[in-house]
Amino acid sequence: MLHTAKGWPRPDPRYWGSLFLPLILVLAPGHAAEEAKTPVARPLPSIEGKVELGISEYKETSNPRPVDKSVTSLDQSRGSKSTTDHAKLKELQGPFKSGPEVTKACLKCHNKAGDQFIHNKHWTWSYRNPVTGQQLGKRYLVNNFCTNAAGNEGMCAQCHAGYGLKDSRTYDFSNQENIDCLVCHESTGTYYKLPPTRGNKACAVLFEGKPAIDLTRVAQSVALPGRNNCGACHFYGGGGDNVKHGDLSSVLFHPPRDVDVHMSEQGENFSCVICHVGEGHQWAGSRYNMLAEDKQGTGKPGSPRRTATCESCHGNQPHPLGLKGIKLNDHTDRVACETCHIPSFARGGVATKVDWDWRTAGRLKNGEGYREEGYIQGNGEPRHTYKSIKGSFKYGENVKPLYRWFNGVARYTLVSTHFDPTRPVEINHLEGSPDDPDSRIWPFKRMHTVQPYDKGNNTLVYMHLWGDDKDAFWGNYDFARAIRHGMKDFDLPYSGEYGFIDTYSYWPINHMVAPKEKALACRECHARQGRLARLSGFYMPGRDSNHWVDLIGLLLVLGTLGGVLFHAFIRILFRARRTH
Amino acid sequence: MALHQVKIFNGFERFWHWTQMALIFILLFSGAGIHGFHHWVSFENLVYTHVLAAIGLMVLWVFAIFWHLTTGSWRHYLPTTNGLLRVARYYAWDIFKGEDHPYRKHFWRKHNPLQALSYLGLKLFVFPLLWLSGLAYLLYGLWSNGPFTNSALEWVAWTHTAGAFVMAAFIIIHVYLLTTGHSFVEHVRPMITGYDEVDLSPEEEAYLRKDEPGRIKD
Repeated sequence: MLHTAKGWPRPDPRYWGSLFLPLILVLAPGHAAEEAKTPVARPLPSIEGKVELGISEYKETSNPRPVDKSVTSLDQSRGSKSTTDHAKLKELQGPFKSGPEVTKACLKCHNKAGDQFIHNKHWTWSYRNPVTGQQLGKRYLVNNFCTNAAGNEGMCAQCHAGYGLKDSRTYDFSNQENIDCLVCHESTGTYYKLPPTRGNKACAVLFEGKPAIDLTRVAQSVALPGRNNCGACHFYGGGGDNVKHGDLSSVLFHPPRDVDVHMSEQGENFSCVICHVGEGHQWAGSRYNMLAEDKQGTGKPGSPRRTATCESCHGNQPHPLGLKGIKLNDHTDRVACETCHIPSFARGGVATKVDWDWRTAGRLKNGEGYREEGYIQGNGEPRHTYKSIKGSFKYGENVKPLYRWFNGVARYTLVSTHFDPTRPVEINHLEGSPDDPDSRIWPFKRMHTVQPYDKGNNTLVYMHLWGDDKDAFWGNYDFARAIRHGMKDFDLPYSGEYGFIDTYSYWPINHMVAPKEKALACRECHARQGRLARLSGFYMPGRDSNHWVDLIGLLLVLGTLGGVLFHAFIRILFRARRTH
Repeated sequence: MALHQVKIFNGFERFWHWTQMALIFILLFSGAGIHGFHHWVSFENLVYTHVLAAIGLMVLWVFAIFWHLTTGSWRHYLPTTNGLLRVARYYAWDIFKGEDHPYRKHFWRKHNPLQALSYLGLKLFVFPLLWLSGLAYLLYGLWSNGPFTNSALEWVAWTHTAGAFVMAAFIIIHVYLLTTGHSFVEHVRPMITGYDEVDLSPEEEAYLRKDEPGRIKD
């Protein structure tokens, strides 16, 4: 639970209509002009005359009550069929002084859970892709949001499913007692995690006004993970609601049917683990290694499959047999289900970040960092368009995805990867092509960022963002020191000279599946300027044609028409002459 | 030899002709829409219409081919040079002078040589081109993920489109030629009533009068 302080500076009507808008223009001249889609309608209450500290964009990350249970309309009574009432277990009567004490109690009965869990990504933050051999995971990767968790665990590890991860280089990843069972299994909605270290003054606000956690009550409430458990981290990745994925936002706590037909209470009321199935604390459905085409489908009757694909429930030929169904089923080997069934992402009123410019980070006001709220999202809430600690942002809602041929393999630009700085860097390069039978057309969110890189070595960099020291960018606003420190922490070569480079990252869109009546109409793609206009290398009816066939064909038809008209004209002419 | 009103298009032939006409118009219209020439109907409805009309035409064709073979009517389309030049000269020149069409329908030759030749070309080249590419298109699901799918689909699509253009050109000429000769109505009527003026040999006339009296009107 990424609770932040309840005591945000409230929007103060006195400041409305103040000089805020001119202020934006002064501070970010290019930015205001580019942000054409952003409603500029009302002047936003923000930093006029005072400094707003803090780094977090979200005010409340826990699920609005009542807390979600893992109940679906497929199995209404699943929750009540549990053979154990944990509230009655003597081991859980407390009192507990700390999280690890609760974990010790859990592991006393669940004596294999600890070993299972410490091999899981939520704990290791490490994953070696078996196809590319690349070392992935939050401990290693550079992304194009806050760029790196490595070295910033003091902040980022509030979403580590363990206790006390302050430095991944020294953390004991074999100590099962540091597993945080509660963050995934508690069901009261009162549990939360704070950043493991306090960071700089600019970030102190995260720790204010938090109610104490009643660990006994929380421990007794354990159940299968509900969406409030998963969502507390996964809906807020990248530093705020829906910042990262685009298709994972707080809207999914209680989505309308139009936003997510599976998760909506008016639909199937799925919790996350209905699709992200697993056993022994290993789950299906990671974007690090995707199954771009599930050829097995539903598998044999009665044998559940450990995959999170659409096909594992709906099969490979999901459309009911008929003229329409047969034609649609023809598509499934080349087009991912998501492509047609998720017409746009960031639906339901919560925006996603689509553009981030680190170059503007570090501007100060009265010697302090500050923030600007320049975007009002669909649900009426303002979003930050500038933060001294991070730079400038743009948002998107109801965004049409980018479509790419994808075979499930993404090759990452790691911190050690040397690249050509004259071109944008792809954080995760998607593999696949129309000629590859294992590729399908997939929808993606494309994130564009201008971020620091090592100008001498042409590599991405780790930045030392978080920390109560003189180098942490979040508080000192000095890229040079932050990068030098970040690279040195991991003994990485750094030329000493940094620049900024355009980067793209691609986020597969899998959630927010719309009801079938909202699926894409054929013409969305089968048109000359449709959604797939930019995908080349294959023929698509309605989009493509051969220029010469069309030209010669039209000339033939028009020539024939002209010929017969000419023939008719001469006949009429001669007939007139004869009758005279 | 004498001219008589003889039934040369029987019920099936007329049904075949007009159904085929309707289906080809539907196919041309929906095909043009699928190709992107117009956006009057949604893509899915165009596709379903096109597929249904194509299946309808295929069924019709199975019957028509069977009929041609079993009744011997295929002989009407055998190419001949006999009179071909005179017909060609008529359309190119004599028609302007107001002369009559040089061709008289015969009992076993109900099309003039030029007409027979163009129908034969249509049936031997244009239709198979459309059918083969159309069937490949229709059965795309069976070969949609092969190593040569993308390049093959391109050729299938181009062939199909090219065939459609030729078909459209044929229809324009076909309809225009109905206006030649006596009148448009006189050309269309036989395909509705089945009766047309045919030059019968005495033997043919005797045969019809004796064995098929219903086919000869006067």
